[in-house]
Amino acid sequence: MKKTEFDAKALTIKSLELRKVVLDMIMNSGGGHIGGDFSVMDILVTLYFDQMNIGPENMDDADRDYFIMSKGHSVESYYAVLAAKGFFETETVVREFSQFGSKFIGHPNNELPGIEMNSGSLGHGLPVCVGMALACRKENRPGRVYTVMGDGELAEGSVWEGFMAGGHYGLSNLCAVVDRNRLQISGTTEQVMTHENLHAQIESFGWHVIETQGNDIAKLHEAFEQAKTVKDKPVCIIANTVKGYGGGEIMENKAAWHHHVPTREEYGQIIKALDAKKEEMLHE
Amino acid sequence: MNKIPNRQAICETLMSYAKEDKHIIALCSDSRGSASMTPFFNEFPEQSVEVGIAEQNLVSISAGMAHCGEKPYCFSPACFLSTRSYEQAKVDVAYSNTNVKLIGISGGISYGELGMSHHSAQDIAAMSAIPNMRVYLPSDRFQTVKLIESLLKDEKPAYVRVGRNPVEDIYSEDNCPFEMDRATVIGELDGKNDVAIVACGEMVRPAAEAAAILKEKGIKAVVLDMYCVKPLDKGAVVKAARSAELVITVEEHAPYGGLGSAVAVEVAANCPKKVITMALPDDHVITGKSGAVFDYYGLNAEGIAKKAVENLG
Ligand SMILES: Cc1ncc(C[n+]2csc(CCOP(=O)(O)OP(=O)(O)O)c2C)c(N)n1
Ligand SMILES: [Mg+2]
Repeated sequence: MKKTEFDAKALTIKSLELRKVVLDMIMNSGGGHIGGDFSVMDILVTLYFDQMNIGPENMDDADRDYFIMSKGHSVESYYAVLAAKGFFETETVVREFSQFGSKFIGHPNNELPGIEMNSGSLGHGLPVCVGMALACRKENRPGRVYTVMGDGELAEGSVWEGFMAGGHYGLSNLCAVVDRNRLQISGTTEQVMTHENLHAQIESFGWHVIETQGNDIAKLHEAFEQAKTVKDKPVCIIANTVKGYGGGEIMENKAAWHHHVPTREEYGQIIKALDAKKEEMLHE
Repeated sequence: MNKIPNRQAICETLMSYAKEDKHIIALCSDSRGSASMTPFFNEFPEQSVEVGIAEQNLVSISAGMAHCGEKPYCFSPACFLSTRSYEQAKVDVAYSNTNVKLIGISGGISYGELGMSHHSAQDIAAMSAIPNMRVYLPSDRFQTVKLIESLLKDEKPAYVRVGRNPVEDIYSEDNCPFEMDRATVIGELDGKNDVAIVACGEMVRPAAEAAAILKEKGIKAVVLDMYCVKPLDKGAVVKAARSAELVITVEEHAPYGGLGSAVAVEVAANCPKKVITMALPDDHVITGKSGAVFDYYGLNAEGIAKKAVENLG
């Protein structure tokens, strides 16, 4: 696949626009996980439009990159990005998301094009990626394996079994991203189950850890580029994000917005906040 | 129209007992909101334990606390509690015989649009297969209260599954017949019936409505509210089967290993009759709100009545 010039500004604008698609899906269906959708969007956009060698044209090519959306509840963002990538029509997913009989279920489903593995039950993505990375390494494939996890998700023991195995096998073709928004359903991650020493914890499992700003596409780009240079170790990017990022004061950094469905009025306010951010970008 | 889901009835019951009994402990896995347990956590912080998104940890921690004299009630979506923590339930709870009450919330297909990862259509089969594990699916909020009050009095493991949405009342505050581990009979067991309908959980209400539809057609039905799927009230099953020509079971579960299987075994062994088992398909459940999904699979009053008519000679 031909690599296009990295353009942080264009991708940031795309990312803001895609949040509107997410919003439409949620307004139309009356359900979804908006907070995590908005925090993870910049990570997904960077992966799909800058980093990963994945597209509708090469999904059958074993040498492509691989991705698992481990925090499957952020499926609305995932669908919006896959649609923008050409796997299906944006209109279709907005119309059919969560409707009766729809294939666009409220968690990633691999009957849809572009989706490798089903997720939704937290704590599965990393161990499955370890398996993919082992298989790719065994077959000398050039592809890299990526996953995105939530920070609340890190309480699952299976995540740490995955970290352990990734470190043990020195899987330098594996890159895990943590959407570190510091919130989960019941409150802050520090109140619910602390990860105050996350960086050191992951490092101690034999991983190279990079911390960066997860709602800054230029910074994410740098982190992913750096990750590719690490030898003999898997890389974990701790992406410090804001839950609800871009939606403005009403929803940013608010636990209740994990799966809140906006009212019409809130919808208007969120659109306004996204547009204001876009204006800001354009005049930067 | 009832607005109180069974999960809320559980919280209220536990709260009323927790004031007196400081050993009643609620444990959640980032699930207190969906379990309706936030009021308990707020009022009894000393009797509340949050473990984060870690269902295996949740069950083992509960077992440890029970071993040291506490009375843990642990709440997590039924899908994760039953299969993610299956080994913990088998070994630390049932095998070690700890007084842990596992409360599976948003059970069955409550999370209709969220896909297979969030359905618990295997929990009855999985939990029933564990020796020393009891399995309960209360039908309405009044029965839920009676069940929890009864569980508070014993010291054995149990798994309870409730749904997410409020269900229409079947009983009432002052008319909720309940005997632990005995089915509640809706209709008559002693006379002659055409069909015996055995249902559990959210399927009891449509089963009772189906009986009313059948009555209009001159078909006599008795309904067993088999909230105690394990230990199954075998006596009631056999009696009901003997009273009727046809047995129908209805459950919000996969077609294997659930209520239907348990009932069919008893009927086959004791009074062979035709048994029709109504359940979810052995397939990915169609996406949709649970009501629409039930309708799609005929798991409603009309569907049950129709099955009875079709199968009566
Ligand atoms: C195994 C499992 N347990 C519980 C849930 C229910 N659940 C869905 S999202 C969520 C909170 C996730 O928090 P976090 O990982 O921090 O995600 P984010 O903040 O990015 O939305 C929970 C508990 C689940 N999907 N899977
Ligand atoms: Mg989070």
